[in-house]
Amino acid sequence: MHEISVCMAIVAQVERISRQHDARVSSITLKIGPLSGVEPTLLERAYPLAAAGTPLAAARLIIDRAPIRVRCKNCGAETIADPNRMVCASCGDWHTDLLSGDELLLASVELERVTTSGAPLQ
Amino acid sequence: MCATCGCSTAEIKHQHLPLLTPLLADNDSTASHNREHLDAHGVLAINLMSSPGAGKTTLLEATIQRLRSRKRIFVVEGDLATENDARRIRAQGVPAIQITTGNACHLDAAMLHHALHDIPLAEVDLLFIENVGNLVCPACFDLGAHRNVVLLSVPEGDDKPEKYPVMFRAADLVLITKTDLLEHIPEFDVRRAERSLQTIASAVSSIEMSSRGGPGLDAWCEWLDQESSRVRA
Repeated sequence: MHEISVCMAIVAQVERISRQHDARVSSITLKIGPLSGVEPTLLERAYPLAAAGTPLAAARLIIDRAPIRVRCKNCGAETIADPNRMVCASCGDWHTDLLSGDELLLASVELERVTTSGAPLQ
Repeated sequence: MCATCGCSTAEIKHQHLPLLTPLLADNDSTASHNREHLDAHGVLAINLMSSPGAGKTTLLEATIQRLRSRKRIFVVEGDLATENDARRIRAQGVPAIQITTGNACHLDAAMLHHALHDIPLAEVDLLFIENVGNLVCPACFDLGAHRNVVLLSVPEGDDKPEKYPVMFRAADLVLITKTDLLEHIPEFDVRRAERSLQTIASAVSSIEMSSRGGPGLDAWCEWLDQESSRVRA
């Protein structure tokens, strides 16, 4: 269960962003592919443990699950693949290049800041 | 506060901040730092990964016996709680540091960085990092090693690559170990193991070997020599 380590890395990174912008983080969006080696469901369960006692405890975690896409070196087709079966769905050749599906990214964060002067966020 | 009625004039400003940065950016930067440090000393670092019991420590013992006369070897052992593996390496006359990971399921770049401080890199040619026995978690964490070597032992079954695609796709070399058991385990088909790698679109090379000796062990040592000269180039 390395998802707790991944969540601690998220908390450290997002806390830094929150401080830099002097703003509260209301939500965190991740992009996670099936070949990232991280299970989104386990990550969702581990996040509250890693965020507890930090300014991110109330931030919402949103996970965008990216599909696996491959391009066949033989026929050139771009198809959706399965983590356990990465062959070309069109011609069956195994010589494929991964186009997407191994993402393990912090996609974006939503910041909010209470302001009395109407000054824009930095 | 508003001067007319006393209401709060505070308002909440929202901002969407796009990032697209790697989640493990901190680990990745420590890994790069480790690699630079190893490169500066011309040390080849190999991250050995497999399930528990696939024969990583036995492979290291056999490798040390073959190479110790011409290579200065150092071993970093990742083990859950015991010093047993490190003791086996030291018995071969090679220094070993144990990273006792407690309940952790993988090594990360910071753990290796910490260990590197205790390794006299100027006196080392070849650094082996024996990761925690686990085909899932260690695949996610770049340590800063130059090559990932994944062991697949005959008793485990020939379909392991399909079951653990992230790990096997991260491999720069797959060692099919314990081939001396093939005659007792007819269910394991080496060709099927190779096809299993193809099923996950991996073109990785594999070596069939037994740590008890034979041509596979020679091929593995030759591979290490080739990779060593690449790091020193």
